[in-house]
Amino acid sequence: MGAALTVPLEVQIAHKLADFTLDVNFVAADEPLSVLGPSGAGKSMLLRCIAGLERAGRGRIVLNGRTLLDSEKKIHLPARERRVGMLFQHYGLFPHRTLAENIAFGIQQLPLGERGPRVAALVERAHLSGLENRYPREVSGGEQQRAALARALAIEPEALLLDEPLSALDAHLRSQMEAELQSAFDRYARPSLLVTHNVEEAYRLGKRLLVLSRGRIAAFGDKDDIFLRPPSLEVARLTGCKNFSRVRLIDRQCIEAIDWHCRVRVAQIPSAAPAYVGIRAHHVRFVDADERGEQAENAFPCWLVRASQTPFRVTLYLRLIPPTKSTEKKDEFDLQVEVTRERWARLRDQPEPFRVMLPPDALFLVSE
Amino acid sequence: MDWSPVWISLATSVTATAITMVAGLAAAIWREGRRGPAMAVVDGVFLLPLVLPPTVVGFFLLLLLGRNGPIGRLLLQFGATIVFSWPATVIAAAVVAFPLMYLTGRAALEQVDLQYLQAARTLGASEWRVFREVELPLAWPGVVAGTILSFARALGEFGATLMVAGNIPGRTATIPIAIYFAVEADDIGRALAWCAVDVIISLALLGGLYYWTHGQSLGRARWARR
Repeated sequence: MGAALTVPLEVQIAHKLADFTLDVNFVAADEPLSVLGPSGAGKSMLLRCIAGLERAGRGRIVLNGRTLLDSEKKIHLPARERRVGMLFQHYGLFPHRTLAENIAFGIQQLPLGERGPRVAALVERAHLSGLENRYPREVSGGEQQRAALARALAIEPEALLLDEPLSALDAHLRSQMEAELQSAFDRYARPSLLVTHNVEEAYRLGKRLLVLSRGRIAAFGDKDDIFLRPPSLEVARLTGCKNFSRVRLIDRQCIEAIDWHCRVRVAQIPSAAPAYVGIRAHHVRFVDADERGEQAENAFPCWLVRASQTPFRVTLYLRLIPPTKSTEKKDEFDLQVEVTRERWARLRDQPEPFRVMLPPDALFLVSE
Repeated sequence: MDWSPVWISLATSVTATAITMVAGLAAAIWREGRRGPAMAVVDGVFLLPLVLPPTVVGFFLLLLLGRNGPIGRLLLQFGATIVFSWPATVIAAAVVAFPLMYLTGRAALEQVDLQYLQAARTLGASEWRVFREVELPLAWPGVVAGTILSFARALGEFGATLMVAGNIPGRTATIPIAIYFAVEADDIGRALAWCAVDVIISLALLGGLYYWTHGQSLGRARWARR
């Protein structure tokens, strides 16, 4: 009950689901927290428990000193009394009410003289002026999302929960709505939990990161720490890392990367018994023919298996040993490397083998 | 010609429909979200009047409401008898129409996306407000359909009514009963006349309901556009 150390949101729940138990314990500050995890990891359920739409079997949820849930004291505040705003994946705008009526739904108890201006202000802030009398189905997905966010914020919630807010949007609207969410977070400055399975979204929108896997917290903390030094193979995978190799320790600086058929120097001092070494696809560098000789460290010849192009970047699948004649292993690759199209254009004219460099400080070691 | 069967039929159907609508919806709401083997039994009981021959329903009602029945005896203590009175026609019609309202109402409530109800709850709405302002409006077409079906069923009710309310001209004789007894008395002309009246009333009411609900759905089409 230390008053000096009260955190805005404290969540500690154990909730049995069909094939695993959602068992989490964390605190959230007055800032956005990204909750990242694969589909079915329990992310949405976590939000539903906090919002009070689901009753967690055991645990405690405290928001700004208010107990929302305490299974021991048999406290379970209904959703309507929690003052927790929720943005649903498909927004949940009432189809039979106009945007303005939707936004006003949660502040019905206010006298009309107060409600009107408040709704008008929310409409304006959400850039919905002129659309307030339209029905949800008459506006675009982006406008629906703005209206849903305005509706959730209208009740001045003490925490905001967003369930895959960008997943229902077209690609061209996504980045715009992401920027709008960002500025909404900046203004809101209260605990906001953003559930997503998109690694980049999670990184860009959250200040901190919580990685959820089968109901457990696989990682929780500063997002840069987690991305640079994932605590486990699982977290490395879930945060989008593609390259792993089993390792054998040679000495404190050098390891043998078994699956990459090479020995590499690592900057990180190996923990007791690292099992894998990993590197992110965009951290692998290519050494051009003319700069060869200087940067010999962690540089290896490689052969292209195939290249996959997107409008701005190219993913190269590489083998670190010469190609074999046998056809069965033709598609096997050791490393997945991401480069810009310009880099690839310069690279493709050079004769094989190319040379890749695995920067020691980009290599990370994980156990298990 | 004695027009009383028309007024009795109309009054009975309207009253029975109103009762059925409230009771059927209430049962549908109560049933919402409940699961388990007990609910299969509940559903069975609720739907029984739809499956059983109306005469059987009427007979059960007679046993229940009659002088020696549990409810009948209770009412007798207050000096009231219900069988072979106008309220009995209403009860018979309401009971046989109930399953239609219950089934349609339940289907209508179930197809409302839970997300809307949950959104309303997180916005601070009481359960009553969630129902009144979100669930009911969204389930409305189904509720209207259930009401129409119930009304049609109540208007055509014969077997149960005859069992529990009898044929008392001016009090319990509805149009279907008047037709039956006209035929039995070999008064074919009279029977045909009542049949014609019944067809006209049915068409007029259903037509009216159709236009009313069509107007409603036109109003709804506003928010359903695109």
